[in-house]
Amino acid sequence: MSQAPTREVAKRVFAREFNDATYTFKESDEERAPNFALLPTGDRANRVFVVGTLTETEDIGDDSEYWRGRVVDPTGTFFIYAGQYQPEAAAFLRDTEPPAYVSVVGKPRTFETDDGSINVSLRPESITAVDEGTRDRWVVETADRTLDRIEAFDDDTNEYAAMTTERYDASLLDSYREEVLTALESLDGVAEDEPEATA
Amino acid sequence: MTDVRQHAEDLHEQFSGHADVSVDEIEERLERLVDEFKVPMDEATRSVRSHYVDETGVDRDELAGGSSQAVELGDIDQDEQWVDLTVKVTQLWEPRSDSIAQVGLVGDESGTKKFVSFTTSELPELEEGTVYRLSNVVTDEYEGQYSVKLNRTTTIEELDEEIEVGDDDVTIEGALVDIQSGSGLIKRCPEEDCTRVLQNGRCAEHGEVEGTFDLRIKAVVDDGVDAHEVIFNEAATEDVAEISLEEAKDMAMDALDTTVVAEEIADEVMGVYYRVTGPTFGRYVLADSVEELTERPDTEATLIRARSM
Repeated sequence: MSQAPTREVAKRVFAREFNDATYTFKESDEERAPNFALLPTGDRANRVFVVGTLTETEDIGDDSEYWRGRVVDPTGTFFIYAGQYQPEAAAFLRDTEPPAYVSVVGKPRTFETDDGSINVSLRPESITAVDEGTRDRWVVETADRTLDRIEAFDDDTNEYAAMTTERYDASLLDSYREEVLTALESLDGVAEDEPEATA
Repeated sequence: MTDVRQHAEDLHEQFSGHADVSVDEIEERLERLVDEFKVPMDEATRSVRSHYVDETGVDRDELAGGSSQAVELGDIDQDEQWVDLTVKVTQLWEPRSDSIAQVGLVGDESGTKKFVSFTTSELPELEEGTVYRLSNVVTDEYEGQYSVKLNRTTTIEELDEEIEVGDDDVTIEGALVDIQSGSGLIKRCPEEDCTRVLQNGRCAEHGEVEGTFDLRIKAVVDDGVDAHEVIFNEAATEDVAEISLEEAKDMAMDALDTTVVAEEIADEVMGVYYRVTGPTFGRYVLADSVEELTERPDTEATLIRARSM
């Protein structure tokens, strides 16, 4: 029976983990099968929703406009690229004066640099200006979703967690939990915990 | 008492007054099917009932529903079950066919369901807002949605009591991550009872018509776990996008283009967190009430979670 493909959920992921998601895969041979980035906390992401501070925009295109934006969250930087096939996002980056809080819905993309390392970037479906409350809400929500993934990591049925052990450094898992703490403690009015006794 | 005996007695009761048949005889038939031919009890009961319906020529509808049970609407999850309901008529709709006497919604504390009563059943009319005990109605299913059918054997008893009808609403929270085509300023077919959205000035049912303007948003609200499709009607759109139908029309007129309205709306609502409450319709949530979530959620629970892992 043919059925309209269900819409891919926009995953919540902090910049640090997003930029570590260098392995991408498809789950079917069909022509239009969706592409997924493998998140190191053991999930797949075809689409993400991020909110942060747009700190820089630059037109890096040669012949036609090709805009790069840096969107910063408490853990790192998302690199957003928008060209002629994302005219609205490109126009937004052209017209917006940083710094500004923005939300971005987009798809993870990877590219290999000259020195052979893999960079992860975000190809926007939409970018809009938002307020500080939206940004703070995103930080808390993304913290919760990241903790959800870390909790589910050791489930026997978690095929994506199993996949990460083949592709990524498993010892990094706890660092994503620490990024969650860093992100939460960066919010106004949230006190840092006492340093832990153990190193 | 054995299971077979119980079912035999239920059947016997259903045929009382219609067929001169003993419980023992029914039990024997059931036993033969169940024990000798390994037929499941449900199917055996159905088969024996059919046998006597054929033999006596009694109208299936007239069989006493010996097995009908009092249930709440929210418990209905099977087709062709005989049930008793205590419900309030919450809505009456215009029947679309002469064979239908009444159609509408009945509700109890667990929610609402569609009901139908047929002209041939010759039942007394139900009144909107009144509470009734409806005995011997039968459940029906269409594309996963359940409804109840009144029939010739249904007894209707008006009750002098009030029922608090529960709502079928769902509440979802998340960020608005997409606006789908068909959003913004649209035109609907003006024909009576037809509200189809026009495509290039044409209604799928009535052809080329002079449409009437309406404002709506078809959006995706996503919490990172599920993506929900939500429809904001004119009032909800005006609420979240701060644009009225009149303003939208003026805007489209100035630009000589209706798409500017959807763009304007997108600027207002994309990337914003909402809490939406309303009934579901197919795969859509219809936004009856919408609240923009501007406050930062409580960080304490998440902090404790992160620290204790």
